[in-house]
Amino acid sequence: MTIKAESPALATPIVRRKPSPTQARARRRHSIVGWLFVAPFGVIFLVFLIGPLAYAFYLSLFKKALIGGTQFVLFDNYLKAFTDQSFLDGVWFVLRFSIVLIPLQMIISLLIALVLDAVVTRFTRFSRLMIFLPYAIPAVIGAIMWGFLYSKNFGPLGEIFGMFDATAPDLLSKQLIFFGLLNVVTWQWAGYYMIILFSALQGIDPTLYEAARIDGANTWQIALRIKVPLISNALLLILVFALIGTLQFFSEPQVLKFLAAGSIGPDFTPNMYAYQQAFALANFNYGSAISFALGIVVFICVYVFLFLTRKRGSFLS
Amino acid sequence: MTALAPRPMRTQPKRRNIIPQLFLGALLVYFLIPFWWIVVNSSKDASGLFGGGSALWFADNVDYIGNLTELFTYNGGIYLRWISNSALYALTGGVGATVLSVLAGYGFAKYRFGGRRFAFSLLLGAVMVPLTALVIPTFIMLSQLQLTNTVWAVILPSLLSPFGVYLMTVYTRDAVPDELLDAARVDGAGELRTFVQVALPLMRPAIVTVLLLSIVATWNNYFLPLAMLSDSKLYPVTVGIGLWQSLASANNGGGTSLWSLIIIGSLVSIIPLVIAFLSLQRYWQGGLSLGSLK
Repeated sequence: MTIKAESPALATPIVRRKPSPTQARARRRHSIVGWLFVAPFGVIFLVFLIGPLAYAFYLSLFKKALIGGTQFVLFDNYLKAFTDQSFLDGVWFVLRFSIVLIPLQMIISLLIALVLDAVVTRFTRFSRLMIFLPYAIPAVIGAIMWGFLYSKNFGPLGEIFGMFDATAPDLLSKQLIFFGLLNVVTWQWAGYYMIILFSALQGIDPTLYEAARIDGANTWQIALRIKVPLISNALLLILVFALIGTLQFFSEPQVLKFLAAGSIGPDFTPNMYAYQQAFALANFNYGSAISFALGIVVFICVYVFLFLTRKRGSFLS
Repeated sequence: MTALAPRPMRTQPKRRNIIPQLFLGALLVYFLIPFWWIVVNSSKDASGLFGGGSALWFADNVDYIGNLTELFTYNGGIYLRWISNSALYALTGGVGATVLSVLAGYGFAKYRFGGRRFAFSLLLGAVMVPLTALVIPTFIMLSQLQLTNTVWAVILPSLLSPFGVYLMTVYTRDAVPDELLDAARVDGAGELRTFVQVALPLMRPAIVTVLLLSIVATWNNYFLPLAMLSDSKLYPVTVGIGLWQSLASANNGGGTSLWSLIIIGSLVSIIPLVIAFLSLQRYWQGGLSLGSLK
C-alpha cells in the first residue's frame, strides 16, 4: 500500500497538555462514538461467539443419564473424549492430514504464484483466473464433482488407466481415501492461496530485482532470496488459514461418505463425530464437549504457532 | 494500492518462458477437468451416464434442455426453491456481515475509545476460533429460543465475521488519513457525516473484498444449514444437493434418475458465483491479500 502508516502518536487528535472541560467532553464524546460504531458487531460477537462457547462449556459439564436425569459431572465428558478411540482417531486423522496437506498446498500455490509473477502473457493471466476458480465452488459441490471423477461408474480413471492396461486406483477405497480427500482440498484451495501470494509478490518493488540482477543473481536466486522472504507474512497467513480450515474438516468427508461406502465412518473427523453425537444420537452434552475441545485445541495450536513465528509487523502485533 | 498498478515491462528472452507456460498449461488441465466433466455429463441421461461411453466426452444423446426441465420441475420445483434460499442467505448474511465489519473496522481504526485494545485482541483471538465448532452449541442455544428450522437460524450466525472486521480495521487504519477526518470535523461535519462522506469512499476496495468473501462463505456453507434446518423447503442448494446425493447413493440402482439431476444441479449451482468472480475480478484480485500486506 502506498499510503504510509502514521505513528500512533501522530494519530491521536487529542492534545495532552491541559484538558479543559470542553476538551474532556470532546474526548468522552469521541470515545462514545467509537463504541457506537463497534457496538452492532459487538452484539453479534457476544451472542453468536462468546454465547455459544460459554454455553457449550456449560453443557459439557453435564451428562444426561437414563435414570436420574441430567447430572453435573464436571470434566467427565472431557476425560471421556480424550480416552474415546473414535475422537482420538479423528484428531489423529486431521493432524496427519494437515501435516501432508499444508506443505503440499503451500508449495503448489507458491510455485504457481512465482511463475505468474515472472511471466506475464495473455495465457498466464487467463491461467491465474482459471486456477482460482475452484475457490468459488462450494466444498460440497467440489467433493461431489471429484467423487464422480473417482467413481467406477462415472469416472474417467478406468478409461485412462485402461489405455495403459493398468487398473485404476480406487481413490474412494479405505486405503486411498486419504489421497482422494487430499486432492479435493488441494484443488479447492490452492488457487485462493495462490492469489494471496501473487498479490503480495506484485506489491514488491521491482527495482529490487534489477539491483539483484546487476549483482549477478539469476531468476531462481531472485525468487528464493528476495521474493520468498519478502512475502513471508502472506505465507504465514495462508498457513494459519489452512491449519484452521483443516482441523475443522467436515463437508468433504461428510459428502463423500455416501459415495465411498465403508471408507468414511461417522467418526472420521472430530467435527463429524460431534455432529453424529449431537444429531444422530441426541447426545448434546457430549457433542458440546467435543466441539468445545476442538475449538480450544485449534485455538491453542494456532496461537502457539503464531507466537513462535511472531515478528515485528506480522499478524499479532 | 501498488498491487493494482501496471508494472514496467520486463525484457526477458521469449524462449525461456516456454517451460513455465507448459507447466501452467498442465496445471490448468488439472484445475479445469472437474468443470469439463460436469459440463459434459450434464448433457447425459441415465443411460448415457451408465451406458459405458466415455466419461469425458458427450454421449450420442445431448439433452441439456431435457435435464434442465427435469431439474426445475422435479418434486414440485424444489431445486429453484433451494437456489433462492441460497441467494437469500448469501445476500442477507453477506451484506449484513459486511455492514457490521465496515462499522466496527472504522470504529477500531479511527477512534481511541476505552477498552479498545482489549476488544481488539479479543477479536484477533476470535479469528482463530474454528467457526464450525460453534455450530452445535449455537443450535442448542437457538433451539431453546424456538428459532431452529427458520431462516434466522442460518442468517443470524452468518453475520459473525471476525476476519472481516480485522481486514476492515487494518485497511482503514492506513487508507483513511486522520487529517482528512479532522478537517471534515473542523468544517462542521458530524461524526456520521464524516464517516459516510469522507471515510466510506476511501474504504471501498476493502468493502468489496469483505462483501465478496462473506457472500461466498455463506453461499458455500454446509455445516450450519445442515445442522439448523430440518424442513427441506428451507435448505440452501448445498444441503439440498447433499440430500439428493445421499438418497441416490442409498438406493443404488433405484435412484438412477437422481444422478443426472445431481450433476446438472451442481452445474447450475456454481454458475452464479463463477460469473460473479469473473466479472468482479478487478476488485478481488488486489483485495484478497489485504490481511497479509500489513
